[in-house]
Amino acid sequence: MAAPSNRITATFDRLRRQGKKALIPYIMAGDPSLAETETLVVALEKAGADLIELGVPFSDPIADGPVIQKAAERALRTGTSLHGILQSIKSLRTRTQVPLILMTYYNTIMAMGEREFCDAAVRAGVDGVIIPDMPPEEAGSLQRASAEKGPCLIFLLAPTSTTARKAEVIKRTNGFIYYVSITGITGAKLRDMDSIKHNVRALQKKAGKPVAVGFGIATPDDARQIAAFSDGVIVGSALVRKIEELRHSADLIPEISRFTSELKTALSDSC
Amino acid sequence: MARVPVQQSRFGDYGGQYVPETLMPAITELEHVYAKLRTDRSFQKEFHECLKQYVGRPTPLYFAKQLTRTLGGAKIYLKREDLCHTGAHKINNTVGQALLTKRMKKRRIIAETGAGQHGVAVATIAAMFGLEAEVYMGTEDMARQALNVFRMRLLGTTVTGVDAGSRTLKDAISEAMRDWTTNVRTTHYLLGSVLGAHPYPMMIRDFQSVIGREARRQIMAVEGTLPHCLVACVGGGSNSIGLFYPFIKDARTLMVGVEAGGMGLTSGKHAARFAGGVPGVLHGTMTYLLQDRHGQISSTHSVSAGLDYPAVGPEHAMHHDSGRIQYTSATDQEALEAFDLLSQEEGIIPALESAHAVAEVIKRAPKMKKNQILIMNLSGRGDKDVNQVAQMRGIQL
Repeated sequence: MAAPSNRITATFDRLRRQGKKALIPYIMAGDPSLAETETLVVALEKAGADLIELGVPFSDPIADGPVIQKAAERALRTGTSLHGILQSIKSLRTRTQVPLILMTYYNTIMAMGEREFCDAAVRAGVDGVIIPDMPPEEAGSLQRASAEKGPCLIFLLAPTSTTARKAEVIKRTNGFIYYVSITGITGAKLRDMDSIKHNVRALQKKAGKPVAVGFGIATPDDARQIAAFSDGVIVGSALVRKIEELRHSADLIPEISRFTSELKTALSDSC
Repeated sequence: MARVPVQQSRFGDYGGQYVPETLMPAITELEHVYAKLRTDRSFQKEFHECLKQYVGRPTPLYFAKQLTRTLGGAKIYLKREDLCHTGAHKINNTVGQALLTKRMKKRRIIAETGAGQHGVAVATIAAMFGLEAEVYMGTEDMARQALNVFRMRLLGTTVTGVDAGSRTLKDAISEAMRDWTTNVRTTHYLLGSVLGAHPYPMMIRDFQSVIGREARRQIMAVEGTLPHCLVACVGGGSNSIGLFYPFIKDARTLMVGVEAGGMGLTSGKHAARFAGGVPGVLHGTMTYLLQDRHGQISSTHSVSAGLDYPAVGPEHAMHHDSGRIQYTSATDQEALEAFDLLSQEEGIIPALESAHAVAEVIKRAPKMKKNQILIMNLSGRGDKDVNQVAQMRGIQL
């Protein structure tokens, strides 16, 4: 499938030329509010984020651990919707050109309509979409809807993925491959770094596309180790937990910026 | 796709496999293993032997003489799934999947439960087959169904409360899916209804179809003719599709599925997916869902925990659209009245889930001719609900 040229590919290309790895923070849109999400996105970029993932809250997030589940509940309580998130992104685009990727369960897209979603997302300035409950088997119609103008559909691979499934995802994914580091849900404990390294290396060799690793990366040290053999590192639950703790505090933005800078430094160390 | 599907993964537009990548290999394995076992003689023999010796099948098709006379219309037969071991049809499916788990050489099973009937069936079968079992149950349901929680623990199963979301069946399924994602290499998810990703809806329908096959044979033996009407309650929809499926090609047999009308369809507090829902994707399958316009899943309400779920099996969604099966609903109040009526007329206390089907029979049978035959699936017994009903009537037991 032809890749719509956009900020994701451009960013990975630039980083590769510079010999650097992508730092990809994940935050839940609307937690604690959409206004603060906008502030957080700008702060994350300033602190060194290369791409940013925005979670779209869903009432029944089967791939997420308790930290992100609770963040989704908070975001939904304040009335956050996919529509509202796209509006926020539109307004953010006057301030930042950082690649923005939505992580959303399929039902929120289906409720909007696949084509309507693709049009609205691209118009707002969304670059990519990750859908944890949509394997390639079910992606046909959304892939057709997004083929021409985007957004990029980014597929996931897991430690359990078979060779045939890897080949299929390599063929279909657009922008990068999201490698799930552990057999589990978001925020679980990272273990067995050697096998993650082995799997990611093998994948990179076959893919010819960037491989970013997520799930369970919680500390600068985790990030440093993962960055040593991947093209990018996704940090979600650890950030979302900090936002949960500081959401009523004036320290929210400075503390998130500080943590992101630490992650960024760790990534630079690994290169 | 490189993958060649073993069977069609959809029922018309519905069904499919909307699960995280981590689970896809396990789903595919299940698809392959089940495709083989479906026609494997030794597996089918073992399954039916277990249903006979352990579950107590075939269950009677009982002519409800008293109820028939009181309602003054169709001849009413009750398919007595309440007489299965553990008191509900749920055990049929757990026997099938436990045998399958053994063939896949997995040692641990997990499950969700709403009313606790599926959980008890899982705990029972785990004890019998020597499998380790963990059952997820919303804390709201645990309070409503304390007796079943105790039964599961007595049988040696770990019952884990789920405190997220509405703390009912849907949250228990989400949590079970998270466990499965984490432990997929050693664990089989023993889903309890015709929901979830393919092949679950098809496989569970197959295991439950023993209900309809028996009923068909039994009514032909007694009446020499096919029934005019079948009635069953629909939560996820396993007891109803189990009864209906062997009759699906009998065009003259009308089929009616009864959803939970809760406090009434206009109250918004119900679980009538076909009355208030639109197609969407939840827990691995595309089907009718109660949801808001942004695709967030709605909270449901029913007096019966087993019907209190925002999605319905995808095969039902297909039959709804084609009109082959009609869907209606009964309110909490109607179900409670039916609960009393069946208890007093026939000496059978129905599960509150099954009482929804009784409520439809009360409405429908009087309008039918006396020589017409109606079969209702009495999917479970009501012992588990006695405490709750007493409490609602202000009686402390």
